[in-house]
Amino acid sequence: MTVLLIALGAAIGAPLRYLTDRAVQSRHGSAFPWGTLLVNVAGSLLLGVLVGWPAGPAVSALLGTGFCGALTTYSTFSYETLRLNAGGHRLLALANVLGSVAAGLAAATAGYALARTLIG
Amino acid sequence: MPEPFEPRTDPDVDLRVPADRRELTARPATILAVIAAGGVLGALARAGLQHAVPHAPTSFPWATFTINTAGCLLIGVLMAVLGHLDGGHPLARPFLGVGVLGGFTTFSTYAVDVQQAIVAGAPGTALAYLAATVLGALVAVALGDAVTAGLLRRVAR
Repeated sequence: MTVLLIALGAAIGAPLRYLTDRAVQSRHGSAFPWGTLLVNVAGSLLLGVLVGWPAGPAVSALLGTGFCGALTTYSTFSYETLRLNAGGHRLLALANVLGSVAAGLAAATAGYALARTLIG
Repeated sequence: MPEPFEPRTDPDVDLRVPADRRELTARPATILAVIAAGGVLGALARAGLQHAVPHAPTSFPWATFTINTAGCLLIGVLMAVLGHLDGGHPLARPFLGVGVLGGFTTFSTYAVDVQQAIVAGAPGTALAYLAATVLGALVAVALGDAVTAGLLRRVAR
């Protein structure tokens, strides 16, 4: 059952990352990877909520391991940083690393705190 | 005349690459299904490894660390191979890059595990994990890209 829930969450999360990335890029000509940053921060926020709540095993498998895990990505983030650096955008590469880590951690903290506050 | 696969920044989708721009309108159901299938495989592999090597909130998350650095190494290898093949099969990047490796690696678990280590009173572990993953990922992707590109250039000569 857990396996099916993880699979279902991932089957939605991965295409949603792709579609979000496309939507963000079609509105932004910038070299900075805003799309990937957005999915990583949103997924970190949601996972923070799930851990703080805390969600049961079924919801964790579906939304945490499956959906948030597949929505967010480390491979895309690292490759973008590599390419920004190789393309001479050193500052954007550095900003992507520091910005993603700081924003992801802040989002996880905020989600966790929000869930804790709401459940009292 | 093959279309340019480069320059690209984003391995998921880069709208500056003509083939990426067109692929969704050309066959939306196939592209999204292939990404979903790859994402499921990647996510299940990740869940299996995390299940096999569990960690306490105060200890270093070795499973996720290994997953993320390995996934970064592999995206470097994959994109170098696809670049060498002028993109390769049109579903290779969506399935393997966006789906499998995107679904295998995770930023949310990374961020939340750092935050949970802080909450559990292990700021040293949190900082070590935070820094080790970033550095490991960047070294891995650079290595995967450089070694693969180098090997392919040698073979091509």
